[in-house]
Amino acid sequence: MARDWSDLFVLDGARVARPDAESSRDKGRDTGTGGRGGAFRRLRDNLRKTRQALTAEVQATLFEDPNEETWERLEEALIYADVGARTTAQIVEELEREASAGRLSGGGQLSERLVELLADAARTGEDRIDLRAKPTVILVAGVNGTGKTTTVGKLAWHLSNQLGLSVVVAAADTFRAAGIEQLEIWAERAGAAFSSRQAGADPGAVAYDAVEEAGRRGADVVLVDTAGRLHTQQDLMAELAKVSRVVAKQIPQAPHETLLTVDATTGQNGLRQARLFSETVPVSGLVLTKLDGTAKGGIALAIAQELGIPVKLIGVGEQIEDLRPFEPSEFARALVAA
Amino acid sequence: MFETLSDKLQTALADVRGRGALTENDVAAAMREIRLALLEADVNFKVVREFTAAVRERALGAEVIGKLNPGQQVVKIVSDQLTELMGGAGRDLTFSPRPPTIVVMAGLQGSGKTTATAKLARYLREHHSASVAVAACDVQRPAAVDQLVKVGRQAGAEVYEQGTDRDPVAIAAWARDRAFSEGKDVLIIDTSGRLHIDRELMDELGRINKAVRPHAVLLVVDAMTGQDAVSVAEEFGRATGFDGVVMSKLDGDARGGAALSVKAITGKPILFASTGEKLDQFERFHPDRMAQRILGMGDVMTLIEKAQDAYDEQHATELERKLRKQQFGLDDFLDQLRQVRRLGPLQSLLGMIPGVDKQLRGMRIDEREFDRVQAIILSMTPAERRHPELINGSRRLRIARGSGTNVQAVKALIKQFEQMRKVMRQVAQGQMPDLGALMGTGGAGGPPTRLGR
Repeated sequence: MARDWSDLFVLDGARVARPDAESSRDKGRDTGTGGRGGAFRRLRDNLRKTRQALTAEVQATLFEDPNEETWERLEEALIYADVGARTTAQIVEELEREASAGRLSGGGQLSERLVELLADAARTGEDRIDLRAKPTVILVAGVNGTGKTTTVGKLAWHLSNQLGLSVVVAAADTFRAAGIEQLEIWAERAGAAFSSRQAGADPGAVAYDAVEEAGRRGADVVLVDTAGRLHTQQDLMAELAKVSRVVAKQIPQAPHETLLTVDATTGQNGLRQARLFSETVPVSGLVLTKLDGTAKGGIALAIAQELGIPVKLIGVGEQIEDLRPFEPSEFARALVAA
Repeated sequence: MFETLSDKLQTALADVRGRGALTENDVAAAMREIRLALLEADVNFKVVREFTAAVRERALGAEVIGKLNPGQQVVKIVSDQLTELMGGAGRDLTFSPRPPTIVVMAGLQGSGKTTATAKLARYLREHHSASVAVAACDVQRPAAVDQLVKVGRQAGAEVYEQGTDRDPVAIAAWARDRAFSEGKDVLIIDTSGRLHIDRELMDELGRINKAVRPHAVLLVVDAMTGQDAVSVAEEFGRATGFDGVVMSKLDGDARGGAALSVKAITGKPILFASTGEKLDQFERFHPDRMAQRILGMGDVMTLIEKAQDAYDEQHATELERKLRKQQFGLDDFLDQLRQVRRLGPLQSLLGMIPGVDKQLRGMRIDEREFDRVQAIILSMTPAERRHPELINGSRRLRIARGSGTNVQAVKALIKQFEQMRKVMRQVAQGQMPDLGALMGTGGAGGPPTRLGR
């Protein structure tokens, strides 16, 4: 059910995506990230799959004879997933309508239709990342603690290891104590070039340097990490806009992609975050992070519905490989899983 | 001065007229709005259910009395219930009878533990004159130790670290011994972010706790956390236990329903609120203010409390008397502005006034404009300040000259003042203030104080 990396990225014929991480892991390749999560993660994945299979069964039974309680329980499940009252009501009402109209018979069909509705709600806009520009500039922004730096590290690794692209990572978070050092470690692990200035330097200047360097080296991608900021901080939002403008001056289409990281545990405030960030910079996609926890990230549905911004990537752990392309049906199934 | 929810409730209760009790129908309509508002604020679904049941009990038969309309009445009940649930008065961290007091910071990745560690260190030094050490036990996240070294030093704490190659439990034990031998009052242990469902890491946290026997384990929770807050808190509580909560990133506009959920489900108090990235943006948590925030109101209490530090008790009663007698003059206006100016960055304070936070967002108060206002008022005679309606053309000219401004500015200030006086009159009479009037200033000459966009 998972989506292929080659499906996420738009590349020209010359650069073809290599098969995914599996083969390199089998070869015992040391990614330098430490094996702490490895065995545990695989176990968890397997457990999750079992749980999902079971839940599908349970759901089918639940939907066998839908009544008022059924819809209430479904509503509860979606609210628990942070889907939000409005989107929940829309989806449950639609399903109820189709059920009473006799268009769906049996728990299995209802269950499948639910997943379909949820997956459709998540589908919006352009869900791929175009890497054809050389260099492609990807700006990563978001609220504090949502996983920007880790995501940049993971993305750098995937681009350089899975696609064989040359990557420059820009440390435009010049505010956070040891933020530059943090990103440098990731860049090293990812095998990407690292571009930075001193702490406290102008973030726009760092982005500028990185794009210049990418031009000199003939690099394929520039990943710009930025400082965490609350969407309510006017001056910081202005600073972010400036970073975007700086690279736009260098390369008219840049930033080619602006990714907003959203923590999967975020509640309804996520919608406000997405709204305000997209008013400042052209947010083209979300990275829904920390989905390896128990939070479902349902707020992504509201963001897709109301703002038309799609999730493009999901973060599923702290290791460098723990990044995956977003797949709506997989996401939808997980939303209503126990 | 309850906004949004009050408006919605007022619409729902539009048929409730005059005095009388709220009927079952009235209450049912109101409950739906309350439920939606609380879910919107990210209060946990289970907690919302229990909460609305409790409110329904109190609302049924409640008399619609006094100056509050039925909508406001219900909101008051909700507010009271929320405050009660949040735990009444705020509490402070207690110290161990045998130093060092050891505090362990725990929580999910990105919740703000490291920053909170430094902030708590600074807070304890400031407010309790404690000598503080912080220990770097996050050996997982790249440069986490570096980060704590930087912010810990900034906070004036000594930083105990042993790099990233040692087991966090060993580092914690070593830090405990060192804090004891160095006679520190407090040792705060920063740990790595961990998922509550990560068996391995939750065990590790348990072992850290066993090794240092902390006086308090604080769970750091991000204010924007949604429904999942309950799972996290429950599991941390079950697996390793915690004694209190630090709410982080409260400077955002997340309503913070997670705070209510965690308190309601675990019963643990929320001890601190982190309200910004600077180290001094850390304060004791005030449950009543959080209750109001969850409801969508401005943070009245912070404003009042800050004012209490700066404000004379006598002044306050005198002002109140003047308001009631509608004797509020330009002297008092200037006085108010001075008080407000002393209190701190004007922007953040004005954002705290209930009902105006949305409208004033993005507003700027210019200190130079403030000086102009002061100059204009000081160029008036006492009589003119008491009765600005006296000010005619020639007086305006005199005032303009005396203050180094112009007639337009004087005119605009007086207009502004009249509108503010009107608002205060309404407030004194317990009505919803017409803030639109206040915001509507801005004329050709530009207002003397840019209290509007």
